[in-house]
Amino acid sequence: MYWDWLKGGSALGIAFLLAVILVKPIGVSTQFVILDGVIGNSINDTLVVKDENTKTGYGSSNAYLNKSGGKYAKSVAKPLNYSFVFVLSMILGGFLGRVFQGTAPAGKIKQLPEIHRRRFGSGYMARAAITFTGGFIVLWGARLAGGCTSGHMMSGMMQTSISGYIFALSTFAVAVPTALILYKK
Amino acid sequence: MDIILAILIGTIFGFVLQRIGAADPDKIIGMLRLTDLHLMKTIFAGIGVSSALLFIGLITGIIDGGHLSIKSMYTGVIFGGMLLGLGWAISGFCPGTGLVALGTGRIDALIFTLGGLAGAGLYMIMYGSLKGTWLMQKLFGGKATLIVTSKSTPLLDMSWGPWLAVGIGITMIVIAKLLPDKIR
Repeated sequence: MYWDWLKGGSALGIAFLLAVILVKPIGVSTQFVILDGVIGNSINDTLVVKDENTKTGYGSSNAYLNKSGGKYAKSVAKPLNYSFVFVLSMILGGFLGRVFQGTAPAGKIKQLPEIHRRRFGSGYMARAAITFTGGFIVLWGARLAGGCTSGHMMSGMMQTSISGYIFALSTFAVAVPTALILYKK
Repeated sequence: MDIILAILIGTIFGFVLQRIGAADPDKIIGMLRLTDLHLMKTIFAGIGVSSALLFIGLITGIIDGGHLSIKSMYTGVIFGGMLLGLGWAISGFCPGTGLVALGTGRIDALIFTLGGLAGAGLYMIMYGSLKGTWLMQKLFGGKATLIVTSKSTPLLDMSWGPWLAVGIGITMIVIAKLLPDKIR
């Protein structure tokens, strides 16, 4: 039901290539911070302010949003920018992929992964706890690393970036043993 | 124009990730347990195809290197990558594929995304105290690549470097072909 490796890999490669030819390398995890900033700024509208002394014209009381001349602060102030809309569009892409999947019964998706059901049973709370914790660790880690699977591993290794190779090795060095131990039958 | 490109390329990217099975936690965990390497083959082929074509484009001048962007190498890349690997293995999602899975209607992907927003939020708050520590120590001079690009310090600074990059790309496609469907 999924594309074979050659067709899928070629399509994936062309998507990454198209992005770097037309705009810039694909990256995702930064936009989680931007959405956090947008939410934060709607609660406390002094989080991001106009600041003529920064390169971008925006600044923040938060050191992360304020870094690189207020680059993230500007994106929070103007969320209708390329990178943020790109990531939102990925959700639409996932929806369309599912619609045009073909063989799958329309409208129904197996909510509990088979591998999870075999290991933890069919209760949904365990899956919810695991995915929330997983998401928390993944994004905290991605921000420390300065990128995720898309930005570091795919875009990075495409450009023969040292950080991309080392990121990929670090990720798989932990991910493979973790999956082997946690999802042991 | 930027926004139109964002919608176009973002939608294509999300569509492709769904169609290769990257938004399916069973496929991700199957790959990491080495029982279903289909996705691993696809990722190798994806990087290989994009890299080989990119460097052929740069060599022939068809592609303008102006849009390349190299990420810095520092200690945090290693530790952050390890943490991402941990969370990836337990949940079966990474930041991008979690969002794509959300689009396919998965509730666990929505919960993953909320967890991700909380994690990114905590990092945002903690950044001030992490800045300047050993975690941000630059390695290999920061923005380093194996092969020369217009935006980085290359480790191999030869005129035939870009051809080597094409070779690495083709090698990755060959690895994708040779990898078995499963090891265990």
